[in-house]
Amino acid sequence: MKQDIILAGVGGQGILSIATIIGWAALDQNLYLKQAEVHGMSQRGGDVQSNLRLSTQPISSDLIARGACDLIVSLEPMEALRYIPYLAPTGWIITNTTPFVNIPNYPDTEVLNAELGKVGNVISLDVDSMAKEIGSPRSANMVLLGAMAARLTILDPEKLKEGIQHVFGRKGQAVVDANIAAFEAGYKFAAK
Amino acid sequence: MSNKELLLGDEALALGALHAGLTGVYAYPGTPSTEITEYIQQHPLARERNVHRDWSANEKTAMEAALGASYAGKRALVCMKHVGMNVCADAFVNSAVTGANGGLVVTACDDPSMHSSQNEQDSRFYAEFAMTPCMEPASQQAAYDMIRAAYDLSERHGIPVMMRLTTRMAHSRAVVKTGDVREENSLHFPQKPRQWVTLPANSRVRIPELIQTYADLEVEAEQMGFNTYTDAPDHSMGIIACGIAYNYLMENYPDGCPYPVLQVQQYPLPKQMVRRMARECSSILVMEEGQPLVEQRLTGLLELPLPVHGRLDGTLPRCGELNPDCVRKALGLDPLPVREASQVTMPRPPALCVGCGHRDFYTALNNVVRQYDGSRVFGDIGCYTLGFLPPFNALHTCVEMGASLTMAIGAANSGVWPAVAVIGDSTFTHSGMTGLLDACNSNADVTLCISDNLTTGMTGGQDSSGTGKLEQICLALGVAPEHVRTIVPLPKNYDEMERVIREELEYHGTSVIIARRECIQTAKRHAQQKKQQ
Repeated sequence: MKQDIILAGVGGQGILSIATIIGWAALDQNLYLKQAEVHGMSQRGGDVQSNLRLSTQPISSDLIARGACDLIVSLEPMEALRYIPYLAPTGWIITNTTPFVNIPNYPDTEVLNAELGKVGNVISLDVDSMAKEIGSPRSANMVLLGAMAARLTILDPEKLKEGIQHVFGRKGQAVVDANIAAFEAGYKFAAK
Repeated sequence: MSNKELLLGDEALALGALHAGLTGVYAYPGTPSTEITEYIQQHPLARERNVHRDWSANEKTAMEAALGASYAGKRALVCMKHVGMNVCADAFVNSAVTGANGGLVVTACDDPSMHSSQNEQDSRFYAEFAMTPCMEPASQQAAYDMIRAAYDLSERHGIPVMMRLTTRMAHSRAVVKTGDVREENSLHFPQKPRQWVTLPANSRVRIPELIQTYADLEVEAEQMGFNTYTDAPDHSMGIIACGIAYNYLMENYPDGCPYPVLQVQQYPLPKQMVRRMARECSSILVMEEGQPLVEQRLTGLLELPLPVHGRLDGTLPRCGELNPDCVRKALGLDPLPVREASQVTMPRPPALCVGCGHRDFYTALNNVVRQYDGSRVFGDIGCYTLGFLPPFNALHTCVEMGASLTMAIGAANSGVWPAVAVIGDSTFTHSGMTGLLDACNSNADVTLCISDNLTTGMTGGQDSSGTGKLEQICLALGVAPEHVRTIVPLPKNYDEMERVIREELEYHGTSVIIARRECIQTAKRHAQQKKQQ
């Protein structure tokens, strides 16, 4: 079994924190993993993405082929659309609905929604509001991770929670609990 | 003892070096190489052994310090991005002449497709030029394993070894099995001391030896096991896959490649394996990440009896990094069904951070220079190169580290006025100080603006060599004290900033304006660290 994921967002939004937890869980589950990241100049408010590949078999390429990506997971709606040529015919988009507007020609929400609608398999959720609702506004990324976990069948969701415990553990149990609550809110939303 | 860790290619190489008995890492930050040194800096073993791990002022000082460590018999690592090889080229090429005593590995991280670089030069040319071996791992595991082999090869043949990574290897994570930890070398001096003094009389003896060593290295490339020949039934084509190109090849043949494959991870090229492929196959496809070095070596100038395909004949793109898609096309496989790109997606170019001091500096500078018709602003390498883009449109040039001031000098000599140079603090101490000495010696009519954010910003906030010393450096190089001015780039200071800039533009001699405010990214990090304490 193999799942190819593109994590997308804007530099500084924290897609790598999601990748870190997935990486921990994959290692713990003895999966093969390759994860190509973007560093350097493009991090300065530009578009960023990470190719994340998980498999029960050895993986060759660090990059995902066009038309082969199973999941596009984005912290920002326009960034989700940027990688559509990579999405497999059966692939899913899971995206935050809150736009990150730092360019003058950012498209209107209706235009973005219509475009996402064309893709078919889309889970859109407002991770910022959901994180606020459950009282952990700083855990928006974990809401998205939770939503993604519902489609990330290669990984055990419990392992991802252990990953959250591992990554946030040094910040105290309250922070861990808030992040796990955010994860569960996202998971519930996407699984229904 | 074996352990499994999830590591970037950079980190795998770094850990491999530590485990191979490293005594010092010498480096200047540069994408995609920075994480090698950063990994060593935070590693407990490096602390325990007190491995040297401070940043160097530039790649040349790094290369030379590492050569000194090698002279003393210790294992040293130099790390840089590909263009850093240009900066240290004199030291690197001559390190093949002196040879290595303790194992010496020079890691160059190339950036094909220029994710964060001004060109896509291929460091393998430097290795060949200097007659040193080059290792090009195809996986993170290979990066870990090969660096120990590189140290051994270096010590076996008394020669520096280049490790070449490319962006997708440097910045991609995978699970790596780690091995045992070796002791550092003890202090010992070279057995052939004369070649370390590169007087012509000594080098005339040394160069023929180096040529012989290079021939021995060809044999190593056949035997060390990093270059492998895998035969397959279909001999209509043979494939030479270098570095990570091998991964894109195998991605397209999950059940095995139907053609014979020569996987290359070590240079000089394994001549016998290449000749076998030429004998047994009716064409050759060369896949390499970077410039067509191997392909050119095969095709040369003369017509060959067998066709060689690759980047030069358009089978693969002539430039840019490889990927599974262009490799698939080169193999003649049917394309996967691909959805059309969304037309509503807009480009989102990188930009200076909101609240960044460079922004306030450029605002003030623009307000002044726009009043001078003939003014030109010569830029340099760093976050502040983004000042070229809207809304600032502030720069006319950017070439390489340090070129701002020296180009301004030449332009001023040729009648450009006002000639303004903009450089960051770290770039200034990397390659700007000697230019300032030139300027002072002829009292060139230039204004040097050092946008000092107290860090090496673009690569993520590493220590900057000149922090706290910039005024002293400028004075010592000969700038008149009244023309070393310091300003704080903040909106509330625009009037004062503009007055200072105008005064120094009007001064017909060498002046320096230091615009100093901490990078907001490092300021945030420092504030958080304080809160945690």
